Amino acid sequence: MRLAELIMALVMAVFSAYLMWKSAELPIGWIRDAGPGGGAFPFWLATGMLICCAAILYNWVRRRSPPSQSEDVFMDRESVQLVGVVAVALTLMIGAIHFIGVYFSLPIFMAFYMRFLGRHSWRLVSGFLILTPIVTFLFFEIALQKTLPKGFTEPLFYPLYDFFM
Amino acid sequence: MDIIHLLANGFLIAFEPLNLGLVIFGAGVGLFIGAMPGLGSVNGVAILLPLTFLVPPTSAVIFLGAIYYGAMYGGAISSIMLGIPGASTAVATTFDGRPMAMQGKADHALIAAAVASFVGGTISIILFTAFAPPLAETALAFGPPEEFALMLLAFATFVGLGGDDIPKTFFSIFVGLVLSAVGFDVVSGEPRLVFFDISGFSHGINFLVLAIGIYGIGEMLWTIDVSRGSVNMSKATVSVARTMEALKRIMKSWKTMVMGSFLGYFVGILPAAGATPGSLMAYGIAKSMAKDGKSFGKGNIDGVLAPESANNAASTGSMLPMLTLGIPGSPTTAILLGGMVMWGLEPGPLLFVNHTEFVWGLIASLYAANFFAVIINILFIPAFIAVLKLPFTILAPIIFGLCVVGGYVPTQDMHDVWLMLIFGIVGYLMRKLDYPLAPAVLAIVLGPIAERSMRQSLLGSHGDVMTFFDRPISGVIMVAAIILILMPLRKHLPFGRKKAAI
Repeated sequence: MRLAELIMALVMAVFSAYLMWKSAELPIGWIRDAGPGGGAFPFWLATGMLICCAAILYNWVRRRSPPSQSEDVFMDRESVQLVGVVAVALTLMIGAIHFIGVYFSLPIFMAFYMRFLGRHSWRLVSGFLILTPIVTFLFFEIALQKTLPKGFTEPLFYPLYDFFM
Repeated sequence: MDIIHLLANGFLIAFEPLNLGLVIFGAGVGLFIGAMPGLGSVNGVAILLPLTFLVPPTSAVIFLGAIYYGAMYGGAISSIMLGIPGASTAVATTFDGRPMAMQGKADHALIAAAVASFVGGTISIILFTAFAPPLAETALAFGPPEEFALMLLAFATFVGLGGDDIPKTFFSIFVGLVLSAVGFDVVSGEPRLVFFDISGFSHGINFLVLAIGIYGIGEMLWTIDVSRGSVNMSKATVSVARTMEALKRIMKSWKTMVMGSFLGYFVGILPAAGATPGSLMAYGIAKSMAKDGKSFGKGNIDGVLAPESANNAASTGSMLPMLTLGIPGSPTTAILLGGMVMWGLEPGPLLFVNHTEFVWGLIASLYAANFFAVIINILFIPAFIAVLKLPFTILAPIIFGLCVVGGYVPTQDMHDVWLMLIFGIVGYLMRKLDYPLAPAVLAIVLGPIAERSMRQSLLGSHGDVMTFFDRPISGVIMVAAIILILMPLRKHLPFGRKKAAI
C-alpha cells in the first residue's frame, strides 16, 4: 500500500507537469484589462495538482495518510487475478470493436465472462450470445438511430438497414 | 397560490402517459439498481443516461429522477437482507436493519425502510416546492461573479466538510477542472490541451466519459475486488398481518422520521454532504434522542427509520441547488445537470422562467415517483429479495456492455470509449488509495461554467479581482467559501496546535 501510494503520487505529479506544459501553449499570464489568458485556467489548476502531489508525498514521508501507514499489500494475488482478468478482457473487447464491431465483440466478451468467470451453463450463455446483438441493434440502431461501430462486418448489416429503413 | 397553480400544471405533464410510464418504470429500475450490492443511484443514472436519448429531455430527466428515487429506496434492501449496504447512502441502515433481520424481523425492517423513505421523500418534496421558487427568484439577480462564487462554495464544501484527505480532495477537484478545460478556449476559441494532437480531444472530454468510467467501470472493478467470498442472506416472512403489525409500530416513531427528513433535506443541499452523512447524522441523533439508546445497533426499528427517511430527503435536497442555482448537491445530480446541459437546458434560475413546464413537470413527477416507489417496494418485497440472488457474473458483463455502448453513443467516437476505460481503471486504483472521486465528477460538470463565469466577471471589471468581493451577495459567498477552504488548515496553525495540545 505504501509503495502504491508513492507511485501514484509520482505518476500524478508527472501528469500534472505535463498538463502545465501543455496548457502553456496558450497565454497563461494576466492580460491587461481582460483578466487571465486562455491557458491560465488549466495552467494554474495543473499547478495546483502538482502542489497537491507534493503535499501527498510530504504526508507519505511523514506517514500521515492511512495508505502511507498501511503495510498491507495494495492488491493481493487474488485481487490482481480477478480484476486483472476483467480489465484485460475489457481492453481486448474494446480493441476488437475496431475490427469486428460491437455486434461480435460484445457477445464474445459476455460469453467469456459468464462461462469462464461465472461458470454458468452453456444454455444460458448461448441465450445471451444470441439476444445481446439483437437487443442492442433494435435499441440503438433502430430506436435511437445511433450507428454503432461494426468494423469489417459492416456489409453483413446491409440487408438489415434495407429492411428497417 | 401561484405555486399550487404551477404544481397542478406540473402534474398534468407528469401524468402524460409517456411520463407516467417512465416514472413507474424508472422507480422500478431504480429499486432494482439500489438493491444490487455496490450499485446506487449515481451508478444507475450514469450508466443509463445515454439510453434516454430515446425520449424528449423532459421525459428523460423525469425518468432519471425516478431512478434516483427508486435507488434510494432499494439501497435498504441489501443492507437489511445481506448486511451489505446497497449503496453508501444505506450504510447506516445496516446498523439496525441487519440485527432485525437476524432476529427474524426482516419484513418489519424492510417495511420500516419503505415507509421511512416515503415520509422522507414526501416531507422533502414539500419543502422543495416551497423553497425552490423564491430561491430561484433571488438567484435571477445573480451575475457571473455570484455564479463563480457559488461554484467556489460548492468545491469549498468538499474541502471543509468532506473529511477526506485534504490534498487528495484538492487534487480530485483540480483534475476534474483541468479535464473540463480540454477542447478549446471558451473565450478566444483556440484549441486547448489537445493531447498528442489526437483529434478526439478537440471535442473536449464529455462529462459522461468520466462519470461512466468512474461510476460504471471503476465501480464494477471495485465491487469485483471487494465482494468475493460468500454472503449470508436472511430469511423474510411476509404476510398481511405482520405488515399491519409493523405499520402500527412504525407510526409510533413518527417523530424520528420527521427529524430524519428535515435533517436529511438540509444536509442534502450541501454538495459535499448529501445522503450518506445525512443518514449517519440522523442515526446518531435518533440514538441520542431515544430513551432506550442502548438498544440501537441491536435491532431497534428507529435505527432503520431515521437513516432511511434522511437519505431520501437528502436526495431531494440535493436537487434544490441543482435546479435553482445550477450547482449540483450530489454526484448524482451532477450527472443529471450534465445531462440537462447536453439536452440544451441551461440549469440555473432562468430555468424557472424559460422552462416552467420542465421544472414543474419534474417536481410533480418527483411526487409521483415517491408514491410509486413505496407501492412497488412494499408489493414486490419478495421479488427484490430474489434480485439479491442474481449472480454477479451475469450482471457484471451486462453492465460493462452498457458502459461501453453508453460511452460511445453521445459522441459516436471510439476515442471516448478508450478514455472511459482508462478513467475506470485509474479511478479504481485511486479509490483504493483513498482519493475521493466525487469532486472530480462535480468539477468536470461545473468546470466550463466556472471558467466562463470567472472570465466574464473579469472581462466586465477590466481585470479587477475585487469584483467578486464588491458585490454584496457574491462577497458573502466568497468569504464563506474561503473560510471553508481554510478550515482544514486550522490544525496546522501554531494557534490551533496549542489549543489541541491542551
